[in-house]
Amino acid sequence: MDKVTTTIDHSVLVNARKASRKKNLVSFLNKIKKNKAAVAGGIIILLYILMFLIGPIIAPYDPFDVQLDQKLQGPSLDHLMGTDDKGRDILSRILYGSRLSLGVGISAVLFGGTIGTILGLISGYYGKWVDSIISRILDIMLAFPGILLALAIVSALGPSLINVTIAVGFFSIPMFARIVRGSTMEVKKLEYIDAVKTLGANDMTILIKHIFPNILSPIIVQASMRLATAILSAAGLSFLGLGAQPPSPEWGAMLSNGRDFLFTAPYMALFPGIMISILVLGFNLFGDGLRDALDPRMKN
Amino acid sequence: MTLFILKRLAQIIPVTLGVTLVVFLIMQMIPGDPAIILAGEGASQETVAELRENLGLNKPLAVQYTDYIKNLLQGDMGHSLKNNQPVFEEITARLPITIELAFYSILITIVLGLVAGIISAIRPYSFMDVGLMIVALLGISLPSFWLGILLMYLFSVQLHWLPVAGWDSAKHIILPAVTLGAGGAAIVARMTRSSMLEVVNQDYIRTAKAKGLKGYIIILKHALRNALIPVITVVGLQFGSLLGGTVLVESVFAVNGLGRMIVDAIRTRDIPIVQGGVLVASLIFVFINLFVDILYRIFNKRMDLN
Repeated sequence: MDKVTTTIDHSVLVNARKASRKKNLVSFLNKIKKNKAAVAGGIIILLYILMFLIGPIIAPYDPFDVQLDQKLQGPSLDHLMGTDDKGRDILSRILYGSRLSLGVGISAVLFGGTIGTILGLISGYYGKWVDSIISRILDIMLAFPGILLALAIVSALGPSLINVTIAVGFFSIPMFARIVRGSTMEVKKLEYIDAVKTLGANDMTILIKHIFPNILSPIIVQASMRLATAILSAAGLSFLGLGAQPPSPEWGAMLSNGRDFLFTAPYMALFPGIMISILVLGFNLFGDGLRDALDPRMKN
Repeated sequence: MTLFILKRLAQIIPVTLGVTLVVFLIMQMIPGDPAIILAGEGASQETVAELRENLGLNKPLAVQYTDYIKNLLQGDMGHSLKNNQPVFEEITARLPITIELAFYSILITIVLGLVAGIISAIRPYSFMDVGLMIVALLGISLPSFWLGILLMYLFSVQLHWLPVAGWDSAKHIILPAVTLGAGGAAIVARMTRSSMLEVVNQDYIRTAKAKGLKGYIIILKHALRNALIPVITVVGLQFGSLLGGTVLVESVFAVNGLGRMIVDAIRTRDIPIVQGGVLVASLIFVFINLFVDILYRIFNKRMDLN
């Protein structure tokens, strides 16, 4: 009998929280709408996602089609962004490349964000020695400057776009873990967590069903900010020849190729750079706006 | 203060050891037999066996790590696989160039960032403020390697004012330093502006105004001093991405520093050089963070000791 009562009480609690979350989502969307920077950033991101989805369909040429008689032609009506040193249409390559550049950024953040969130949840919830060990490991990961840790990982795994994704994701782990740890520590002190504990929920249920949904805001803000860094880092590694390999139309790799033709065909380096910059700008604007709307404490 | 410095020094030991452990483990992450990879394609079985013996790859991992630390303490980081030169010598030859580049870049980051941030904060929401903050937003969004190429195209290819690449004279330093420092300057500018705006609204600034102090004295003597506290932390953090950024910028401008050495070594799979380079750059970063923490405390004495 007791057990039945507990189950009912627990589901009532979960439903109440679901309703409150729906309300929060509406208020969140309203806050976002009021923030001009977030709207501008959001529009940029949506346009890139559109390019990600239909880019290869609307591309006027085959991005891998080598036409040496067409090489190094400046922008014209036939080739809006010109052609590269192998006569390939730069616009088509840019459109195809959106899948790689955006895909690597998103995958890296998903990878780093998931591991970081799990570590942060465990560290913040259990505290004591578990927290000490995880925190020390994070300290060590943060002791590597910039993309050097990613570089070191790529050096071991070998140059490829997948390894770059793993490497960039790996160095995002501590940023997520730190923020999730702090938020978990705050949330676990709240009364409703005591309530679900009393109702017999186990640690896993508490972490996944009750704590995680309530610390989503800082995770989303962090993800948006990290996406900008991840896209920059991945493009940087490809620029160095450690990521996407030729003839891949990844934007960082295209930029690297364009650098060799700076004197004769500067547009080759111009367009991929513009594409990366606008995408990163979009995520920065959106992240800034999200932070102000969702988590004003994170400002600065 | 002494106690705080001693505590921070003590904290550095496990982090430093951890960094060496990660760098050591990079070797273990190499898929397959590291000895075969290090010996290169087509190496004979004897060469591989000899290399395995020399590197101590037959020993248990813990023993290998202890040996690695012992060697490090004696300044022995192994030998380059490419030219058999000691890694330590290769690094000491390249490091001064990277330190020089980092020094000028951080100078640009601080000076440009502070000036832009102060100008913005003095007249918030003015034309100047909005313009500067748009430039700052672009500054954090442009990839450094692309900015470097744009500057190179403008100042070297078109205007012929500055050399395209190399590191021989003061003229060579300008473009790489600006490229590397620009992103940081943008972040410092945004940070200075927001922390100054917060400070400007505080009571003691109103009191200073009421006392009839001149605007620029209030800004420089009262507001800036307090607004600097968070800025110092950002500059410290920036040093990390700046050290990482040298990898890209040195490659763009063909500067023979530590960063380019690491990238070239990755391409040729010269793992000891990569290990040594990453280790040195990370240790520098760890000690800079210590220095920034101490500086932070000096500026912010009210902060809780613990």
